[in-house]
Amino acid sequence: MMGERLVVIGAGMASGRVLEHLVEAAPDAFDITLFNAEPRGNYNRIMLSPVLSGEKAYAEIVTHDADWYARHGIATRFGEHVTRIDRARRVVATSRGETPYDRLLIATGSAPFIIPVPGRELRGVVTYRDLDDTEAMIAAAKPGAKAVVIGGGLLGLEAAAGLALRGMEVTVIHLMGHLMERQLDPAAGYLLQKALEARGIRIHCKGATKAILGHDRAEAVLLEDGTTYGADLVVMAVGIRPETRLATDAGLDVGRGITVSDAMVTSDPAILAVGECVEHERQLFGLVAPLYDQAKVAAATLLGQEAAFRPVQTATKLKVTGCDLFSAGDFAEGEGREDIAFRDPARGIYKRLVIKDDRLIGAVMYGDTADGTWFFGLIKDATDIAPMRDTLIFGPAHQGGATPDPMAAVAALPPEAEICGCNGVCKGRIVEAVQGGAVTLDSVRAQTKASSSCGTCTGLVEKVMAVTLGDAFAAPAKQTMCKCTDLGHEDVRRLIKARALKSIPAVMQELGWKTPGGCHSCRPALNYYLLADWPLEYRDDRQSRFVNERNHANIQKDGTYSVVPRMWGGVTTPAELRAIADAADKYGVPMVKVTGGQRIDLLGVKKEDLPAMWADLNAAGMVSGHAYSKGLRTVKTCVGSEFCRFGTQDSTGLGIRLEKLLWGSWTPHKVKLGVSGCPRNCAEATVKDVGIVCVDSGYQISVAGAAGMEVKETEFLAATPSEDEACEITAAFIQLYREQAKYLDRPYKWVAKVGLDWVKAQVVEDRANRAALFARFEISQSVYRKDPWAEHAKPEERRLWSAMADLSLEAAE
Amino acid sequence: MNWIDIGALEDIPAQGARVIKTAKGCVAVFRTAGDEVFALDDRCPHRGGPLSEGIVHGAQVTCPLHNWVFDLATGQAQGADEGQVATYPVRVQGGRIMLDAARLQRRSAA
Ligand SMILES: Cc1cc2nc3c(=O)[nH]c(=O)nc-3n(C[C@H](O)[C@H](O)[C@H](O)COP(=O)(O)OP(=O)(O)OC[C@H]3O[C@@H](n4cnc5c(N)ncnc54)[C@H](O)[C@@H]3O)c2cc1C
Ligand code: SF4
Ligand code: FES
Repeated sequence: MMGERLVVIGAGMASGRVLEHLVEAAPDAFDITLFNAEPRGNYNRIMLSPVLSGEKAYAEIVTHDADWYARHGIATRFGEHVTRIDRARRVVATSRGETPYDRLLIATGSAPFIIPVPGRELRGVVTYRDLDDTEAMIAAAKPGAKAVVIGGGLLGLEAAAGLALRGMEVTVIHLMGHLMERQLDPAAGYLLQKALEARGIRIHCKGATKAILGHDRAEAVLLEDGTTYGADLVVMAVGIRPETRLATDAGLDVGRGITVSDAMVTSDPAILAVGECVEHERQLFGLVAPLYDQAKVAAATLLGQEAAFRPVQTATKLKVTGCDLFSAGDFAEGEGREDIAFRDPARGIYKRLVIKDDRLIGAVMYGDTADGTWFFGLIKDATDIAPMRDTLIFGPAHQGGATPDPMAAVAALPPEAEICGCNGVCKGRIVEAVQGGAVTLDSVRAQTKASSSCGTCTGLVEKVMAVTLGDAFAAPAKQTMCKCTDLGHEDVRRLIKARALKSIPAVMQELGWKTPGGCHSCRPALNYYLLADWPLEYRDDRQSRFVNERNHANIQKDGTYSVVPRMWGGVTTPAELRAIADAADKYGVPMVKVTGGQRIDLLGVKKEDLPAMWADLNAAGMVSGHAYSKGLRTVKTCVGSEFCRFGTQDSTGLGIRLEKLLWGSWTPHKVKLGVSGCPRNCAEATVKDVGIVCVDSGYQISVAGAAGMEVKETEFLAATPSEDEACEITAAFIQLYREQAKYLDRPYKWVAKVGLDWVKAQVVEDRANRAALFARFEISQSVYRKDPWAEHAKPEERRLWSAMADLSLEAAE
Repeated sequence: MNWIDIGALEDIPAQGARVIKTAKGCVAVFRTAGDEVFALDDRCPHRGGPLSEGIVHGAQVTCPLHNWVFDLATGQAQGADEGQVATYPVRVQGGRIMLDAARLQRRSAA
């Protein structure tokens, strides 16, 4: 069945929501074509700031991927700018031709305002609106480089904080007397300024930009008062204006925005408009909450249902980690208005409520915003606050004699209290979803949309879940690293890089660890991330390693250790075997065993004997086999073309070469390789982390196998005729794994998360990237490709392996 | 009390431990990041793991075998696990670690 033809201009946050409503309510009603000037589909624009600061990756903020559009039969025309609407013929035009419509939806959002100063067209001057802007800023953000942000509103400050986190020297120029003057009063603006200055951001209020100076690219910003600030990057964040050009040219009614009725219909009944580009009853909209309401109405109108848009109050939060502020309603001073203020300068807390006719009409909070939602509810519902006026400023926990338990504030909220401002989700809706079986944050998000946009209410949503579920509430769905932090492994890895954190104390301090010294679960992970990311600067912290890695031997259940000398590619010599046998005798080794990785394991060695035994094995030319490490373990090989009649290549030689290249490297979890000389696969290469199978034409490299609790065959990564290239691809794959994976994820788990296609693109297709990965691997190996046994077997080290004192005689006296 | 000098503070890595041998098994002497020193039996009440080989965090140690966590000051198992390790008085004087041998003897007599 062919539906009506619906053309949508703009794949943004508003139209994305319209499409969701449409495909859910009536999947076949329309034949949809979606144009977007940006060369990509819809993403969560308001989360660009965490991408800028490095706290999130772009992939995490995509709301609709190619698969979603395909599944719902939406024809996507991304990267195509609509240039004209011909209302008479009902077609829209792009540079690639015309597309007819029955109904048209305009959702073009806004364009950043560019102040008309000389120099605005120089290279290095950017706005802050989309992913391209964000990427341009990230590219310019070299540590130590200078950035000037023009505009001290929400957007400008998020940009400034992000750039500062990336190590830039940032100055914010703001025209007005205090920051965010539309959302904050001077007192809160001042606290915010202090907090930003404490992060090294310079703030210049009452500054009017006169010109941007520079030859072919921005070099400095000149103000009217004569001040100049050096600038390698200038970000203009002074405001937005609705993107109405198409509508104006098509002769639709346009005021400041495209005029729409309550049903979101423009002056042409076939055309609807939603989002920041519209004007409704002379009002414009710049936050997502009302846009989502518009989207719901527009979808209903398209489906022939009655619906009317009624703007609601909006509240603002700044998404700068560590700057807690909240503002809602109207807080200008005025006739008949009364203020209640609360200040705690020591803790940097400021709260102000504005009351008129026994109703709360405005709230500004800085430093402690936990009660924001509750106040916002009072404003929206115009609750009579006379009975609780005296204690109002202390929030809901102090009303009705409730206890000051952090959960009490949430428990005290009525079902209609709004929890998620962006999506207008109230407490009752979340409780309903939880009682209906949504017990993880993700499922609550999926069912209610609560906390799915800007995410600042995530904590509140979790509290509502906890209150509803009681003890059944499991840890938040976002896996945190451990109880010492609320951050997940991926967040921590990204922040270590983005904020150039180079020691465990620095990570714990800057990322707000909740325990003094971490725990046995985060410390080894942090130690690994730091040594992988800063191989030359970071010094391995032995005390943050599990016993096996600290002692370079595997502890056994009786407290003794096992010793495994390296046998390159599984090849040994009579001399080595003799030395092993001698060591086994000399140290009374109770068991000598051949391992699955083609090595010899000496089990049951006492700790104090380890250094001497290592020294003996070293003397016979052997080094540590790293059988204990989250690192390169073994390369298992078959005899290959040197001896086997089926062999196609020298699999043993390649295995030895790979092992000499990779040994000593630390990885998120252990890494085992196999090289087989022909597809008979005697080395069982296809259940290894990296398996190479030799064929007549060269080498087939496959990855992400497993043969443990889970058994999984490897997946094909690349084929190459050259042994050199096989080595380079293998090392690049391992380096990518070292840089990206979560600690204790084996390669197969990590590949399942990121997708083999992405891995291929990184290490096979993009040759420059492969070379860069290989180069970084070599830099790391310049530090770590060395024998730990030799180091600890040194005479001055040995005593550290035995008891520090022997009191057996004393105590027996 | 019978304080015995068992070695220098520097002999133990910060956030680490060394053992001292006694007639009745080993005692683990821990040094925290803040240079506090504690002495406990080097034997986990769970399955005898050597606590001296655990990761030291704050004033706690995690047993290397199955991750039970113990408070170094009290020897008490933390969280859901139940058990206690004997502790011994230690103190640091002029960079030297002193252990009360009287307690060790009482233990061996017991
Ligand atoms: C950095 C940043 C942080 C923000 N933080 C918050 C926040 O915390 N809370 C909040 O509520 N709001 C926030 N906002 C505002 C919020 O993102 C916007 O209100 C919202 O994205 C507007 O949605 P929209 O669909 O109207 O427009 P958009 O999301 O801008 O989508 C419009 C799309 O239309 C495309 N387009 C325009 N013209 C054409 C054409 N002629 N042909 C084809 N395509 C076209 C554009 O390329 C764009 O992709 C933030 C915005 C930014 C930039
Ligand atoms: S894998 Fe092939 S080459 Fe290697 S030993 Fe087996 S049969 Fe021979
Ligand atoms: S032996 Fe210590 S936790 Fe099991």
